[in-house]
Amino acid sequence: MLPSCARNINKPTISCKKVLQLINGTKNNYATEVKCETKPYKLHKLDTPPSASTTLSREDALKYYREMQVVRRMEASANNLYKTKLIRGFCHLYSGQEAVAVGIKAALRSHDAVITAYRDHGWAYLMGASVVEVLTELTGRKSGCARGKGGSMHMYTDNFYGGNGIVGAQVPLGAGIAFALKYKGTDGVCFALYGDGAANQGQVFETYNMAKLWNLPCIFVCENNGYGMGTSAQRAAANTAFYTRGDYVPGLWVDGMDVVTVREAARYAIDYCKSGKGPLVIEAATYRYFGHSMSDPGTSYRTREEIQEVRQKRDPITHFQELTTNAGLLSENEIKEINADVKKEVDEATEISKTDSSIGLDELATDIYANNLEPQIRNTTPFNPLTHNRLGKAVNLE
Amino acid sequence: MSQLLVGKFLTRIIATTITKPFISKSTLTTTASPLRKEIIYRDALNAAIDEEIERDERVFILGEEVAQYNGAYKVTKGLWKKWGDKRVIDTPITEMGFAGLAVGAAMAGLRPICEFMTFNFAMQAIDQVINSAGKTFYMSAGIVNVPIVFRGNNSAATGVAAQHSQCYGAWYAHCPGLKVVAPWSSEDVRGLFKSAVRDPDPVICLENEILLGQSFETPDQALVKDFLIPIGKGKIEKPGKHLTIVSFGRALNAVIPAAKELQSGGIDVEVINLRSLRPLDFDMISTSVKKTNHLITVEYGWPSCGIGSEIAARVMESEAFFHLDQPVIRLTGVDVPTPYAKELEDASFPRPQDVVQVVKKLLSK
Ligand SMILES: Cc1ncc(C[n+]2csc(CCOP(=O)(O)OP(=O)(O)O)c2C)c(N)n1
Ligand SMILES: [Mg+2]
Repeated sequence: MLPSCARNINKPTISCKKVLQLINGTKNNYATEVKCETKPYKLHKLDTPPSASTTLSREDALKYYREMQVVRRMEASANNLYKTKLIRGFCHLYSGQEAVAVGIKAALRSHDAVITAYRDHGWAYLMGASVVEVLTELTGRKSGCARGKGGSMHMYTDNFYGGNGIVGAQVPLGAGIAFALKYKGTDGVCFALYGDGAANQGQVFETYNMAKLWNLPCIFVCENNGYGMGTSAQRAAANTAFYTRGDYVPGLWVDGMDVVTVREAARYAIDYCKSGKGPLVIEAATYRYFGHSMSDPGTSYRTREEIQEVRQKRDPITHFQELTTNAGLLSENEIKEINADVKKEVDEATEISKTDSSIGLDELATDIYANNLEPQIRNTTPFNPLTHNRLGKAVNLE
Repeated sequence: MSQLLVGKFLTRIIATTITKPFISKSTLTTTASPLRKEIIYRDALNAAIDEEIERDERVFILGEEVAQYNGAYKVTKGLWKKWGDKRVIDTPITEMGFAGLAVGAAMAGLRPICEFMTFNFAMQAIDQVINSAGKTFYMSAGIVNVPIVFRGNNSAATGVAAQHSQCYGAWYAHCPGLKVVAPWSSEDVRGLFKSAVRDPDPVICLENEILLGQSFETPDQALVKDFLIPIGKGKIEKPGKHLTIVSFGRALNAVIPAAKELQSGGIDVEVINLRSLRPLDFDMISTSVKKTNHLITVEYGWPSCGIGSEIAARVMESEAFFHLDQPVIRLTGVDVPTPYAKELEDASFPRPQDVVQVVKKLLSK
C-alpha cells in the first residue's frame, strides 16, 4: 500500500542537517506539522465521511511512532519469552495491528474508555500500564498490572476494562460501560474492540440492537485481521463487510494500517457519539503477523508469501516512518534514536520480567471479593484453609 | 397436612393475595416479636427495589418487561411510572446482551439490578454472570469490582414443564466470586435484596414465582429502609432438639408444615432457613447438628452436586460428623426433568409427607 498522506505538506523535504539542528535545539525551518490525506473510507448509512485531510504535528508523529514501536518490540519480546517458556498458556500478539490501537488512543479524551479481547498487551500499555507492568504480567510476576493473576488476556488500567478471554463477551460489556458514561451525564464514549471472528457472535448483534435503541455512545471496532484462529473471514462470515453488519448502526471502513487515518476515524466517531447520535461500527482492515496465539505457527491456513507481502507493503510502522520522514517531519536519525530508546526500554523491562518474583502464596485467596463474607477460603484439603485478604483498590467500592 | 391440602392452600394464596398468614405465628417462630404484619413477598420486594432506587442514584433496574408492563410477575409494578426511563429500563429479549451490558455498567461505576424473567433464561447469559461478573475482581488483582444484582424467579413454579422449572442454586453457588441468596419469606427478600444491592460484589438473588404470591408475617423492624440481612447468615425458623432440617427457598414450604406435624407428634425438629447459598452458614448448621445429632437437607434442586450434597460433604469434613447419630439424608427434587402432568410434577419435589417420613425413619419413630 502506498504512503497516503505525503501530499500538501508544508515543508516537503528536510535535510539531515536541519534535523540535527533541531535536535541540538538550534533555530531551523523544519516542518512542525504536515498536512496529510487520509486513506479513503467506506461508509454505511453515514452521510459525510471523516475529513479527507488532516494535520499531523511533529510532536504527535514522534508519539505515534514511538508507541507503535513500543508495542512492536514488546510483542517481539513476548514472543521470545514465550519460546523460553517464561510465558505460559495463551499469548496473542498484536504485531501488525499497532496502528489501530495507537490511532484510536490518539483520539481518546481522558474520560473515554476502552475494552478489548485477549489481544490486549498493546492496549494495556497505551492505556497506562508500563512495559514492565505488561511484560511482568505476561510472566506472571508481582509487578504485573494484575500482579500476575490475570496473565496475558486480563489486563486492566484506568478506563481500560480488559482483556477478555471469551470471544465476543467484551462487546456487551463495552456497551454497558458506554451506558454508564451516558448515565453519569458525561460525554465520554467507549470503544469496544473485537475481531472478525468475534463479529459472528450472537451477543454482538444483541448489543448493536440495544446500543442503537438507547443511543449509547459506544464505538464498536471490528479489527478485521482476516482470520479467526485458522478460519478466514470469508469462511466464517456470510457478509465480510463488517462495517455494514450493524445494519441500522452506521458504519465506517478504515484502513487500519494507517495510524493517521485511524485517528481521524476515531475522532469522527467520538464527535458522532458524543453528540448523542448513538453507536457506530468501525471496521479496521488490518493483519496479524504471528499465529493466532503462540501455539499457532500461523502458516497452515495462509501462505508465508501473504504474510511477507503485508510486511513489505502495508506494515503500519514502516509506512508511518516513510510518511513522516518523506514529509520532513521526522528524520532518519530521530527514528533511529527512538528505535534505540525503545529497544533499551523493552530490553530492560524484559530483564525485569525474568527476574521479578511472583506474588506469594498468601495472595492465592486475595481479592476474590471486594467484601469477603466467608470466614475462610477452602484449600485443596479441608485441613489448611486460607485467609481471604484485600489488596487491590476496588474502584467501585463506595 | 396432606400434599393435596398444601397444594390447594397455596393456590388459594396465589390467586387471592389474602392477608391470612400462610404459616401461623406459632409454627413459624418462637422468638417473641410483638409487632408483625402480613406482607406479600412480591410487595416486600417491590418496596425494597423502590427504596434502593431512591437511596442511590447509581441504582437502576433493567430487564424484560420491567418498566411499562410493570414486570412479567409484577415485581416492578409502579416503578417505571415513579422513576421513569432512566432508572427502570425495558430491554429487548436478549439475555446475554443485557446481562453483559449490565455488568459493563457495574464495572464503570453503576449499581445495576439485572432482572431475569426467570433464571431458566439466564442460562443464555451465564457466561456474563460467571466469567465477566464473577471473575473480574480476582483477575484484575482487586482493581475492578462488579457491584451488580442478578435477580428473578428460580426453581419450579407450577405446570410449566421442564425448561421452566429448574433450581440454579447449586450452579451459581459453585462459583467463587459470586454471592448467592435465596430469600424464602417477605422479610428475607427485603433484607437480602437490600444487602445485595449495597454489596460491592456480584450477588445472585434467587426468588420464586410461588413465593411471590405468598404472604408472610413480617416483623416491623424489617420495614425500616435500612433493614439489611447479612449475606452468608442463615436463620433458625424453628428451634428444636431432635433433628436439624436445612432448607432454602420454596422447599421451606414443604418443611414448615412437616415440622408442625412432627411437633404435634412429639418430634421437635430445628428448621434452618439458609437464606444464603454462598457463603453458606455452615457454622449454624454445625452448631445445630451438635445439638440434635441428626441432619437432613431439603431442596428443590436435583441431587447430583446439589446444595444438600455440599452440606453433607462439609459435615463429613468437619467435627460435626462426630456428632451424627445417623447419616445425613438429602431430600431433593427427583432426578428427572420436571414433568408437566400435575400428579407427576407434584411427585417431583419433596413434599411435607416426605420430610415427615424421613425424619421418623432417621429417629426410628
Ligand atoms: C466463546 C469463545 N469461543 C471460542 C474461543 C477460542 N478462541 C479464542 S480466539 C478465537 C478466534 C477469534 O478470532 P477473532 O475474533 O478474529 O480475533 P483475533 O484473534 O483475530 O484477534 C477463538 C475461536 C473463545 N476464547 N471464546
Ligand atoms: Mg481475526
